[in-house]
Amino acid sequence: MQQVFSALATIGVGVFACVAYFWGSNALLDALLPARGARSGRNINLANSLRPWLFLFPALLALGLYLVYPVFNSIWLSFHDQTGENFVGFANFAWLFADSKFHESILNNALWLLVVPAASTLLGLLAAGITDRISWGNIAKSLIFMPMAISFVGAAVIWKFIYDFSGYDIEEIGLLNALVVFFGGDAQAWITIAPWNSLFLMAVLIWIQTGFAMVIISAALRGIPEETIEAAVLDGASPMQVFWKIQVPQIWTTLAVVWTTITILVLKVFDIVLAMTNGQWGSQVLANLMFDWMFRGNDSGRASSVALVIMLLVIPIMVVNIRNTRRESSR
Amino acid sequence: MSQVAGQGRSFRLAVNLSALALVALWTIPTAGLLVTSFRDKDQISVSGWWTALSASEENIIVRTAPPSSTTFEDGERVLVGQVFEAGAATISAFGVNSRRPTEFAPGETAVRGGALIRVDADGSYRVSGVDPGLDRGTRLFITKRSPPRFTLENYDRVVFSEGLGRSFLNTFTVTIPATIIPILIAAFAAYALAWIEFPGRTLLLAAVVGLLVVPLQLALIPLLQLHNSVGIGKAYLGIWLAHTGFGLPLAIYLLRNFMSALPRDIIESARLDGCTEFHVFRSIVLPLSYPALASFAIFQFLWVWNDLLVATVFLGNTEEQLVMTGRLRELLGSRGGDWEILAASAFVSIAVPLLVFFALQRHLVRGLLAGAVK
Repeated sequence: MQQVFSALATIGVGVFACVAYFWGSNALLDALLPARGARSGRNINLANSLRPWLFLFPALLALGLYLVYPVFNSIWLSFHDQTGENFVGFANFAWLFADSKFHESILNNALWLLVVPAASTLLGLLAAGITDRISWGNIAKSLIFMPMAISFVGAAVIWKFIYDFSGYDIEEIGLLNALVVFFGGDAQAWITIAPWNSLFLMAVLIWIQTGFAMVIISAALRGIPEETIEAAVLDGASPMQVFWKIQVPQIWTTLAVVWTTITILVLKVFDIVLAMTNGQWGSQVLANLMFDWMFRGNDSGRASSVALVIMLLVIPIMVVNIRNTRRESSR
Repeated sequence: MSQVAGQGRSFRLAVNLSALALVALWTIPTAGLLVTSFRDKDQISVSGWWTALSASEENIIVRTAPPSSTTFEDGERVLVGQVFEAGAATISAFGVNSRRPTEFAPGETAVRGGALIRVDADGSYRVSGVDPGLDRGTRLFITKRSPPRFTLENYDRVVFSEGLGRSFLNTFTVTIPATIIPILIAAFAAYALAWIEFPGRTLLLAAVVGLLVVPLQLALIPLLQLHNSVGIGKAYLGIWLAHTGFGLPLAIYLLRNFMSALPRDIIESARLDGCTEFHVFRSIVLPLSYPALASFAIFQFLWVWNDLLVATVFLGNTEEQLVMTGRLRELLGSRGGDWEILAASAFVSIAVPLLVFFALQRHLVRGLLAGAVK
């Protein structure tokens, strides 16, 4: 209980400090550079050029410290040994490119990148198309969207139970094995069979992300001008044709946005692998490999070099995003 | 025309059925675990959760009481007893030979080594003619049918003796400040980026968009070292600050998008009336931005509540500091097969996010759309 009070106290102090800072710094600026007297014109200009930075200062400080500084520090660390003290040149990267677990991770990440964004976007598109056409669409949407609120670890528990393997020739309590046995197959310990186990892990993320894709795509579908659809219907197009040939081509940009957003998430996927296999049985991925070297290997050099590889993979998306924003804001 | 209408009806049916299939596929995994969390722990391990409403059958092996505890009944040495508490289950078959464990129906009499053995459906047995020289009882093979049993025991156990209650408080302690602090900081920055002209504004905005995708992994080691060097390595303050930093790009981006769409007239006229920027922000922009603030608050709340990585790195793994996701992961490792514990723990940990999700879904969707479809 005590810590809840301390948390509440922190909120109080934090909120008060923030308000005090913004209010105080603005008041200070007004007091130091009064908008009257002989130098009022100069003062107003100076105050106006300083003010945005007062508003931005805490955010810039936090962003700089928590996101910009680590990028450079990681680059520095990746050229040093496990203690972070001795310069080792490219040794960490040389080790990385020769390491078999790294090869496995890169391969698995590539597989994740191929399967998860594509499957989630496609399923999201189908779910949006279907739920927009039924009377209980809102309920269906909210149920498909629900897994988004569940933590990756929680989802891992839920799916591990589906994949559970009780043993040969006894009643299976995992749904997948029960179905397999029901249809005459043999029960398996699914998450230990490489390379298929990666697919079973991906199913968890697809399950979580489809709802996100569906919500965004559904909104985009509703934004399509009615006339295009009406014209197609009048020309005798079937519902399928209307969907695939009229509606889908008009929302390509939205599909691309959804696809990229999920791609970024996939690159960082970690909790699911950690909780379900911890990278055993050939299911390792980069983010979990990095975590492994950070905590179990205690090697900040190697862990940083793995993190930099993830960063490198994200950069193309980053560049495209920045370019899009600049184009929009200059318009 | 009637043909077209017929086609329309079958099409509608197909759409409804596919929707039903999708919804089933998306809810059954969660439903399965939810049902499991209320089942009796012995039943979970012998039958699938989809059979939860039917009686479960289980084969058990028990020994009768040793011959030394025989009693006399009608001048005859007999052994009487119960294989399980009366009323807890019924017996559908029994046997005295491991090769034919279901040879006899309850109430029948089996013969083994000169002894007559009878087991009744209620679990009581009666053995007569037993050799008093034996020192161990006879083995009985019982097929037990238990009625479905639902219980809150699992929840009681995980919350009070597996430490989940403590973790629940820890998660709350982490989540609330980590949701509120970034909103405050981001709102001011977003206002400056949206409504104040200054050199370098577009560049800053581009930087924020770029930082949106920086992988968290990159930040872990440098920041942990930094936190350790200033002495907040494994403390709540450290994790609050970390979540603030990591949440800021999205917060600034979402809020700026929303604020820049506010009507220019209102803000311009307030400025002409002599309002300071601080005043314009506090009394006009902030109240109008309420929907965006709410959306981000929900995002950040869900994200912090569900986070495992940041909590594992910036908070200790000690009993006092473990958050729920961390606890769940630990249970997955140490109690991997104890589904009653895992299921109940998982539901305690996802109950709050699910509640928030269903109650505030509308805000969440609005936030998603503002963030993604711009």
